[in-house]
Amino acid sequence: MNAPISEDELHAYADGQLDAARLMQVETWLAGHPERRAQIEEWRSQASQLHRAYDRVLDEPIPARLIPAANASRWLDASKLAGVAWLLFGAAIGFFLRGETLRDPAPTQIAASLPRQAAVAHAVFVPEVRHPVEVGADQEAHLLGWLSKRLGAPLKPPRLEEVGYRLVGGRLLPGDSGEVAQFMYENPAHNRLTLYVRPAAPRQADTAFRYARENDIDVFYWTDSRFGYALSGNTGREDMLRLATLVFKQHDK
Amino acid sequence: MSSRDAILAEIPRLRRYARALTRDADAADDLVQETLQRALEKWPLWQRQRDLRPWLFSIMHNLHVDGRRRGHRVDFCGDDDLPVPVQRASQTDSLELRDLERALALLPHDQREVLLLVGLEELSYADVARALNIPQGTVMSRLSRARARLKALLAGETTPQLKVVST
Repeated sequence: MNAPISEDELHAYADGQLDAARLMQVETWLAGHPERRAQIEEWRSQASQLHRAYDRVLDEPIPARLIPAANASRWLDASKLAGVAWLLFGAAIGFFLRGETLRDPAPTQIAASLPRQAAVAHAVFVPEVRHPVEVGADQEAHLLGWLSKRLGAPLKPPRLEEVGYRLVGGRLLPGDSGEVAQFMYENPAHNRLTLYVRPAAPRQADTAFRYARENDIDVFYWTDSRFGYALSGNTGREDMLRLATLVFKQHDK
Repeated sequence: MSSRDAILAEIPRLRRYARALTRDADAADDLVQETLQRALEKWPLWQRQRDLRPWLFSIMHNLHVDGRRRGHRVDFCGDDDLPVPVQRASQTDSLELRDLERALALLPHDQREVLLLVGLEELSYADVARALNIPQGTVMSRLSRARARLKALLAGETTPQLKVVST
């Protein structure tokens, strides 16, 4: 007979801290207790709200005063040689972390709903087996003509073959204030990326790269004078950064 | 990466946690600054077999508790003092953030710490117990109360999500 499931174990389940041996038993039990399952979903949604609210701090450049704070340590006085290395490292990491935000971190008018909407659209269509796109890449000219017409400006999906992703096709979606296009890409490992493109708001300022994580989907997004773009995927932040940089560069030309 | 370099690499996470804990960007960075200073001072005392992250969070926890005792309570802010969110223009988004910050401000301090270390920093329960210097059973009971309380505080204020693509 299985031991009864405790409240602590439900928290551990929600937090992914339950050991494998117990996992199946809790899952089986939850199948018969939808109200407890809903409670777990609620806890998880609290955690993703916290991430939505505070993960952006990870992408902020580190204030300079925090690096000198480290330099002024007693540990440093104890070893001058190491101190030099420390200073160099501090400068390097400062530079690196600054580089990670890629560009101007100033407040902008970009709607933060862009990454959210893109992530939702990603989550909806990426699992599709039979109808991932409306118009396939085999009819690329038709696809681009159609989407460009609906979005009111010429659209050109980036080429990602050099990193192993081929264009699957695209679809038209309703957005907040009109039509939105979604292009889907896939690599031989069947990982899928989506590029979400929506027309720019009037007087929209160009912004370079921003990053958001929405329900386990990594989204890099930016805008230019014509469109807002969001690239979504779940192959990890580093990988997505590399891909988004590639897309960004192609549009920036 | 040497362990000392590892402290620097932890700065972004320390800042995220401090920001959520204090909900004030300047106060949060003050706390991070103090934590880094203290960590480097105490460096020789650090037991290397232990994980760095819980150790840093425990230093931050102690400093924050001391700070609150000394009376500069960065802890509660009225509605008007809530920091204006930088860099997000969508109204729903900043409303959500505002509701969340208000709810966090109303959570008892010890519950908020546990909630953030588990939910945001994703520390194991054992590491949370170590960082806060409390038994793991206490971590679990605080976590449970924090989650119930946060749910009640947010009830009725959250806007439904996933409305964009529904047809």
